[in-house]
Amino acid sequence: MGNSKSDLLPGTLDMLVLKTLTRGHLHGYAIGQLIQQLSEDILQVEEGSLYPALQRLELNGWIEGEWGQSANNRRARFYKLTPDGRKKLSTETQRYHQVIGAIARVMGNA
Amino acid sequence: MSSSLRRLRLRLRYWFHHRARQNQLHEEMEYHLANLTEEFMDNGMPENQARAAAHRKFGNLALTAEDSRVTWLSRWVSDALQDLRYTLRNLRRDAGFTTFAILIVGLGVGACATVFSIVNALLLRPLPFHEPSRLVWLANLASKPEQTAQVGHILGLRDKSRTLADLAGYFAYFGNGDVKLTGGGSEPERLTGVRVTQNFLPLLGVNPLLGRNFTVDEGRERIGRTKVVLLSFNLWKRRFNSDPAIVGSQLTLNETPMLVAGVLPETFDLGAVFLPGTRVDLYLPFPLTEETDRFGNTLAVVGRLKPGATVPAAQDELTSIAKELERLNPKRNDIQAQLTVLDQHVNGRLRPAVFVLVCAVGVVMLIVCANLSNLQLARTANRQREMAVRVALGAGRQRLLRQMLTESVLLSFAGGLLGLVLAVAGTRALSSLTTVSIPMLASVRVDPAALLFTLAVAIGTGILFGLMPALQIPTLAVHDTLKDSARGSTEGHRRSWARGTLAVSEIALACVLVVGAGLLIRSFLRVLDVDLGFRPEKTAALRIDPSRRYNTSTLRNNYYTDALHRVRSLTGIQGAGLTDVLPLGGDRSWGVGAKGQLYDRHHYHEAFVRIVSEGYFNAIGISLKAGRDFSERDDSKNPPVIVINETMARAMWPGRSAVGQTVQGAGNVDREVVGVVGDVHHLALEQASGNEMYLPIRQSGDYSAVDLVVRSTLPPAQFAGAVREALRPIEPELSTREFRPVQDLVDKSVSPRRFIVFLLSGFSAFALVLASLGIYGVISYSVSQRTQEIGIRMAIGASAGHVQRDIIFQTLRLAALGMIIGLIASWMLTRALTGLLFGVSTTDPLTYLAMLTVLTTVAAIAGYLPARRASRIDPMQALRTN
Repeated sequence: MGNSKSDLLPGTLDMLVLKTLTRGHLHGYAIGQLIQQLSEDILQVEEGSLYPALQRLELNGWIEGEWGQSANNRRARFYKLTPDGRKKLSTETQRYHQVIGAIARVMGNA
Repeated sequence: MSSSLRRLRLRLRYWFHHRARQNQLHEEMEYHLANLTEEFMDNGMPENQARAAAHRKFGNLALTAEDSRVTWLSRWVSDALQDLRYTLRNLRRDAGFTTFAILIVGLGVGACATVFSIVNALLLRPLPFHEPSRLVWLANLASKPEQTAQVGHILGLRDKSRTLADLAGYFAYFGNGDVKLTGGGSEPERLTGVRVTQNFLPLLGVNPLLGRNFTVDEGRERIGRTKVVLLSFNLWKRRFNSDPAIVGSQLTLNETPMLVAGVLPETFDLGAVFLPGTRVDLYLPFPLTEETDRFGNTLAVVGRLKPGATVPAAQDELTSIAKELERLNPKRNDIQAQLTVLDQHVNGRLRPAVFVLVCAVGVVMLIVCANLSNLQLARTANRQREMAVRVALGAGRQRLLRQMLTESVLLSFAGGLLGLVLAVAGTRALSSLTTVSIPMLASVRVDPAALLFTLAVAIGTGILFGLMPALQIPTLAVHDTLKDSARGSTEGHRRSWARGTLAVSEIALACVLVVGAGLLIRSFLRVLDVDLGFRPEKTAALRIDPSRRYNTSTLRNNYYTDALHRVRSLTGIQGAGLTDVLPLGGDRSWGVGAKGQLYDRHHYHEAFVRIVSEGYFNAIGISLKAGRDFSERDDSKNPPVIVINETMARAMWPGRSAVGQTVQGAGNVDREVVGVVGDVHHLALEQASGNEMYLPIRQSGDYSAVDLVVRSTLPPAQFAGAVREALRPIEPELSTREFRPVQDLVDKSVSPRRFIVFLLSGFSAFALVLASLGIYGVISYSVSQRTQEIGIRMAIGASAGHVQRDIIFQTLRLAALGMIIGLIASWMLTRALTGLLFGVSTTDPLTYLAMLTVLTTVAAIAGYLPARRASRIDPMQALRTN
């Protein structure tokens, strides 16, 4: 369990969840699936990390969950991005690009 | 700001609706699981396998849920509350254990907090004076044993010293009940007044609560000329109902009207600080004049160092000034000044005893912890399955550890509350012990510091006794648990070892306490066994000082004769006599010599002086060894006589008969020795008597008190009324309420010792009970664990007796180990008691033997009960049941 968690850079799960939610209202399972698909199966989101992350994001007011009907006609909790969440995502994205760029520069010089 | 506020609101809302939220979370995760299952089925897995695979992938549902809940409110709080709920439920189910645990923690913490309050009042809290660290006690070592100084010494030292800001003192030779308060419409009452120098209260930094201190002029007058008095707070409250109008009014004291100048604050009690066990009601001025200088060594002296001055520096300076003073005033008494910090002087004597109490209570607390640890271990063992299930359900080790600690801390906290109640009761009882001569005892109370201490002890105890069982959890790996509780296996090794160690240490600790208490009890008995030299039982004393009407010695002598005759004629009275000082009550001494022998001024025989009447020796029970008692005819018209004690007779006329010899220096005349009496323990029971001499009351005016001593077959309460009636015609204003049994004087003298012995015996009895419970617990548990083993052994031929012997032997082995460790520890630790022992060495074989006997007996009983149970095991049943 511990190994796969460290596959993600710390703090990036929140950002990834926010990013996937820009595509619309999604439930937890779908968020996990989507991250996996978009990363071409490289990033696997552990359920043990996903749900605490969702709780944390909701509590911070960046996402909002509400109950709805899923494709297979079952009650599921769908999350959507709040305006605060969008702001958060943009700052996170900016920071992410800065960091990645910095790392790339360091690695390029080596 | 606003977003963090909103977050807090959200958090709180989550917290309040946490049950609903929890259900939601579960539903959400269930949905996720269903999706996962479908995914696996799409990949061609059968449904049940797919579900299992989904669960495997999702991991621990409960743990994930818990992790998710973390974000709601601090996990710690929610867990703690959960632990608390769980603990309460558990404890309610195990009411017996809970009650027992709370009870022993309560007793332990109560003892701890009480002892702490004593330590706090005696040693930690500063003396109730202004800047007490600068206060010093000045003892005059040249004046033994009183260590008092002369007025000239004080004035001389004060003038020349550059390290002392001031010196002051009080008149040390006042008597209890010296002042008779009459009038005011109430019954006459004898009060105790102390004369203090005018600067005494300012030096200590004590300001009157009402009114004023003595003025400088009042401190200069001839003694007795200034008729002013200060009242103690207690007298003001008790006798005058805290009436502020008393200041400025007149009181009739010893038939003289006196002006009440002020009332002193409640915090000031000269008795409590300087003369423990003495109740001081009044303060009178003691002038520092040539007149009072002639009194000789009469002052107990305190000083205040200048800021920055140290005791060693002041000591050096005073030593040289004192030498110079002696050189300049060869006729004055010698002065050999020794300075000690006042706090040290007041409390130093008790320090070793308090230290012993602190150690004892610490040991008691350790035993309490060991005992609870043991019980808790036994309970953990019984709860292995529960623990295993919780581990399987995802409880982390830390979480279980915390659960265990929550339980023990909660228990000890409840115990701490009980302990606090006990401590409050205990300190109340202690502070009301007015007759015990331990300084500052009245100020023993549970203050905030003690409260904090109690809390710390309670929590510390909880952690200490919870830790050992909690640390046993790693051995509770799921496998082991399942194996361990399988049929036929015995108790896990590690745990049984831990339990054995705890029981052994309990016994060892109890050993130390029992030896300590035993040595002190033996010393106490030795002290009580001391031949006092008088017989206090059935004897009582009453102040009957002649009033001012009897203003000539003839009138006074007639009064004494009359009073003695009247009292002796009462039924039930076996003897009556007069004295100015009761045994253990005072220590005035004079230097005397044998006539015909030359002494230099340092080598006179110092002898305690008592002024007595005929019949006194008989009444108090002092035995006449040679010669005769005084008679009514030993008055001013007849030759001066004296009675001395055996020690003095031996010292002055070694190898010769003292009767018929002449003593010089006892008053202004030579006195012929007419009798020799037995020695009396006059200072303390533990100290030998020294030289004593008795002067006939009819031949001396040099006394300030007259005590009537009565020996009777009846208790004092019964003859007090009759004595009052008999004396009423000659002394109408007599308060017989103050009839004091002479036994009280003895009791007061041994009171600090009794106090320590009482507390320490209580502690060691408690320790013994706990230690025996500890052994019982271990053996009893091991028997219940070994039921099957014992069953098998009995089935293949072991007799009941054999099994019983085996278990008792097991018990005694534990006890023996504990006692060996305890013996060694006691041997080393009891050295600390040396100063407290009397007539017993720290290695007193009898005490050690008694300890071994007591502990072996206790251990044998503790082992016998489970052994009997074991021997009654029915092999068939034992093997059939799990």
